Amino acid sequence: MAALATGGGMPSDGATSFQRKVPASSRLATIAGTRPSVRHGQLLLSSGLPSLDCVLEEDKYSIYSNLLFKYFLAEGIVCGHNLFVASAKEDPADILKELPAPLFDDAHKNQVNEKETAIKSKQESQESMKIAWRYQNLPRIEVSPAASARIGHYYDVSKMVSPELLQSTKWHRFFVPEEMSLHPEIKTCNMTCGYTRLLQSIQRIIYQEGFDGSYPQKKQKNILRIGIQSLGSVLWGDDICCTDNPEDIYSLTKFLYVLRGLLRMSLSACIITVPAHLIQNKAIMERVTNLSDTVVGLESFIGSERETNPLYKDYQGLIHVHKIPRLNSLICDVSGTKDLAFRLKRKLFTIEVRETVLFHYLEPERWSKSYHLV
Amino acid sequence: MFLELNELLNASPERPEQGKLTLLCDTKTDGSFLVHHFLSFYLKAGCKVCFVALLQSFSHYNIIAQKLGVSLTAAKERGQLVFLEGLKSCFDVLFGEEQHVGQTNPLRFVSEDGSNLKTMYEFVRTSLMASGSDSWKCPVLLMDDLSVLLSLGVRPVDVLDFIHYCRVAVCSQLKGNIVVLVHSNDDSEDEANELVVNSLCHQSNLILWAEGLATGFCKDVHGQLKIIQKGSSELKAERNLLRIYQYKIQDKNVTFFARGMSAAVL
Repeated sequence: MAALATGGGMPSDGATSFQRKVPASSRLATIAGTRPSVRHGQLLLSSGLPSLDCVLEEDKYSIYSNLLFKYFLAEGIVCGHNLFVASAKEDPADILKELPAPLFDDAHKNQVNEKETAIKSKQESQESMKIAWRYQNLPRIEVSPAASARIGHYYDVSKMVSPELLQSTKWHRFFVPEEMSLHPEIKTCNMTCGYTRLLQSIQRIIYQEGFDGSYPQKKQKNILRIGIQSLGSVLWGDDICCTDNPEDIYSLTKFLYVLRGLLRMSLSACIITVPAHLIQNKAIMERVTNLSDTVVGLESFIGSERETNPLYKDYQGLIHVHKIPRLNSLICDVSGTKDLAFRLKRKLFTIEVRETVLFHYLEPERWSKSYHLV
Repeated sequence: MFLELNELLNASPERPEQGKLTLLCDTKTDGSFLVHHFLSFYLKAGCKVCFVALLQSFSHYNIIAQKLGVSLTAAKERGQLVFLEGLKSCFDVLFGEEQHVGQTNPLRFVSEDGSNLKTMYEFVRTSLMASGSDSWKCPVLLMDDLSVLLSLGVRPVDVLDFIHYCRVAVCSQLKGNIVVLVHSNDDSEDEANELVVNSLCHQSNLILWAEGLATGFCKDVHGQLKIIQKGSSELKAERNLLRIYQYKIQDKNVTFFARGMSAAVL
């Protein structure tokens, strides 16, 4: 059930209900060399425009939410998207170094190898086209369109992404301690300073890199994947996690509203992790839910009584889907079940329909099927 | 518009009612299908519509409206629809150039002290005022959704003032209608929101309340719709009429049926 919407490493086996509807006229599909971002199944819209934001409610120690956060970014690297990583506690460069390595079967390996050789050969070809220089500016033709139609990838959590793959990715950073020290405090529309700076930074990148269509002559359109870590925590300058009566309870929701506008008018998708369990004023999370397209909560069993409960022995936590997107359509892709649990094995992170012991003795085969998500 | 809902409400685009405040409310589900219904209903009825869309983009409503047989682009071009795209206006306020933003941007309050909806009211009023060449029927103000204003720092009392001013201008002076969507929850801790919802419930002539099923998710029944029609005459103290139906949302239509009478069950 792709409502989880982080999408890294969990390809569909047909059981997911989150099938992307290919629009009749998909601008991106007809542009040569475009990465199959929209068909990837990450954050889907039936119109094909990936302009959503997804709020991920962190689990108690942010272990699993960080993992899903990294999946989202890793998928962006493999698809060739641009990344924007914002954090208050971890240097974005460090976050990227720790992304899981993609797991490839042979067909896929070829695609990545092609990508790496394409990078090298592009550098070569730029020098070599002295006679045919007129053709140099034509867009490169996609060699294997069939391979690019694949949705989603597998990731090996026990390995880090290769530096070569990382180097080929164009990414932008926002690290709160850096940004605050560079410029004096400014406050616009009464938002917390960290949020204001982040919005300005995102808007600048969207405009300069043309994600909002401001450079129509640019030959290749691409997706900007934005990842914002632990929004709302104290490190962003917001006090909603410390007190029942914060100084400004509207900062976070205003930020989300403006961000939503930025996403809607650009080719971008955003994942945000929020320490919801720390926010004292529950009204804030209700408003955050209303302002987001997708909201998923992670409940890990660490430190709770469920850790030793035999019912949950195979799982590390539960997934609560609070909201899924209903965009450009009256209906939304709702799966048949909302009882999801996750499990982290040595290499793979999977999400499964929680086995119900109650019915186990009746139809054991039926209930042991696991649903892999895109 | 959904034909079955028209039947339930005894409404028809040929003779739209006038001077009414309709409240759309949702609890634990998405009630936006009701907004799409009323948008296409009033456009088909030939009314002039001012749509204050705070949470979604224009293309979102347009794509859905086309499935319901109405083109928002065409309606805009012929002057029947005035569309305020809140997200875009807010972007203009914060990132637009100072001199271009102007004093009339309805979302100005986001960058100021955060609570003055006067500019938005002026926008609504000027949009719906009849101009000489207009041949539209009664004007309609449609808002999706009001709860967003509270998230942007507007105080509940200012939201209620705004609605009051709109009622005077639209319902009373221009003999038009207002349709507003809000969110609500039984166990909500958002007191400001509940205050607004309660107040609007008292003021509305018609309340359509979409709720998720108490028993959990179901594939064939997406929710339950409570229709509360206020007694038309306060003097006679007519009782409010409360009816409950269940509904299923499809790609281009929403079907309504009596509780327990879903086609999947029968």
